Amino acid sequence: MKEFEFVVTDPQGIHARPAGLLVKEAKKFESNISVFKGARKGDLKKIFTVMALGVKQGESIKVQVEGADEEQAASAVEAFLKENF
Amino acid sequence: MLTLKGKSVFSGISIGPLALFHRNTISTAVRPIESVEVELARFQKAREEAMSQLKDLYVKAVDKVGEEQAAVFEVHQMMLDDDDYVEGIETRIRDERMNAEAAVDQTAQELAEMFRSMEDAYMQARAADVLDISRRVEQQLSGGPGIDFSNYDQVIIAADDLAPSETLQLDTDKILGFVTSAGSTNSHTAILARTLGIAAVVSTGTQLHNDVDGMMAVIDGTTGDVYINPDEETLALMKKKQKEEELRLTALEQVRGVPTVTKDGKKINLFANIGNPGNLPQVLANDAEGIGLFRSEFLYLESSNYPTEDQQFEAYKQAAEALEGKTVVIRTLDIGADKKVDYFDLDPEENPAMGMRAIRICLSRVDLFKTQLRALLRASAFGKIAIMFPMIISVWEVQQSKKILDEVRRELDAKGIAYDKDMEVGIMVETPAAAVMSEELAKEVDFFSIGSNDLTQYTLAIDRQQTKLDTFFDPHHPAVLKLIQMTIENGHKAGIWVGICGELGADLTLTETFLRMGVDELSVSPPSVLPLREKVRSLDLSK
Repeated sequence: MKEFEFVVTDPQGIHARPAGLLVKEAKKFESNISVFKGARKGDLKKIFTVMALGVKQGESIKVQVEGADEEQAASAVEAFLKENF
Repeated sequence: MLTLKGKSVFSGISIGPLALFHRNTISTAVRPIESVEVELARFQKAREEAMSQLKDLYVKAVDKVGEEQAAVFEVHQMMLDDDDYVEGIETRIRDERMNAEAAVDQTAQELAEMFRSMEDAYMQARAADVLDISRRVEQQLSGGPGIDFSNYDQVIIAADDLAPSETLQLDTDKILGFVTSAGSTNSHTAILARTLGIAAVVSTGTQLHNDVDGMMAVIDGTTGDVYINPDEETLALMKKKQKEEELRLTALEQVRGVPTVTKDGKKINLFANIGNPGNLPQVLANDAEGIGLFRSEFLYLESSNYPTEDQQFEAYKQAAEALEGKTVVIRTLDIGADKKVDYFDLDPEENPAMGMRAIRICLSRVDLFKTQLRALLRASAFGKIAIMFPMIISVWEVQQSKKILDEVRRELDAKGIAYDKDMEVGIMVETPAAAVMSEELAKEVDFFSIGSNDLTQYTLAIDRQQTKLDTFFDPHHPAVLKLIQMTIENGHKAGIWVGICGELGADLTLTETFLRMGVDELSVSPPSVLPLREKVRSLDLSK
């Protein structure tokens, strides 16, 4: 299992469109990808659960990746987050 | 005449006949089904159909309003493809033997409710997206598309709320305005109206019915008022106002290139606030006389590691050169509070607005501070840069900051690197402490810039982001105005200039008050520059 944390710096937080792109990125991989905000958990492949976390600027999220391609998935998702949020 | 009051999203005025927005009616009632398989297949077919419509719509919308606004249709496709959404519907069909229409509707309502219960207004408004995609599927289930929305021509559209896809299917060149009984200023309709510059009032709270169809109406986007079937007097008044609004825009052009001076000869510097070098064209296009607040945080926020001295130098130099010798006041980094950067490794705080931010970080991490100061000093050789320190509460902090600045100057001298020896150094007055201590602080610096946003928040102990506190929040609170007056007086006593760079600076109802207090500079967002200059030029302080 791979795990990393990320602090959102985008002033709008993770809002609709980028959330969609994030989900699109996550779906490229076979691994299960979960996202945590505090105690709340979402599935990074499901746009509604990602949006429901309501991640705002300055908040920290934790991403957990588990599966055959976890190595690539984790680094791709982390790079995507850094680029876009 | 019927008068409605709502929230304006674009301040134009439009006059024309009302057209009630007719949505194709769909029944989502629960009814007995033949077989689960049939309903599942109906749903899948409708979903695929809806999906392909969205793909077409996206392409059309990109053409019409650009990629950014069109992105909503991409998001809609992902929502329609979401496992929870699809499973929610299929489970209802399978386990409750529900017809597809009802299953879609109930799943949509449940998800919409989830969004409505979220804290921030933007997310709450996303409930409309869920209902929109579901309506699209329901439409397919009930036999395909109906009314062609593009037939509306030279009318003001009246609706309960418009779904994003509905708004984009309207031929917006032919629409005079929108009035909706529900909806928020964050809705797609609102955003679109602003982008296209169409008068729009949302959230009037009054549902309009067929009987108003075709009636004359006026939308006053400057107040949020809507007049239906206006009497002659109102109509004449609004026609006049519409003309004035057009004239106002032309009048603003008249104050371009002229000094910001009152009728009795009091001249002030009218500067602009910017967040990054990308805003420089706006500064010039709006004829600002300088930059009164260049927030340097963007360099840190847009980067995934500490920006190097050279990266910073380039950005500051670019601003200094673009302004061709006009003042560029650059604020040293104001990270912390609501502006967080992960590589700073700041500890989580209970109360970040009162925590490790701005000058407190700089004085705790001198190397970081010195890198920025070096970049600023080097850039000062290319124009007229001034620097200011944020979040000051004591004389000690200013002395300490100046001491570090002096060290950097000596380092540059030793290396023979050029910088502006007369560069002005000032502070933000944005804490009550700084305002109260302004007499002592004035002796240490070349200018004060009053940050009215934080000064208000700290003086009133009201969080600006908390809309629930609006009842208690008075942006013109006398305590804040007194602190501003005191700061200006103490600055002048020491012979330094005093400006205001927060939102209050652009508040035209306070311009006269500030000028009477003797303010020397106002710095506002670029679009506010010309209206403010016009205001200043209309004032006569001798009266």
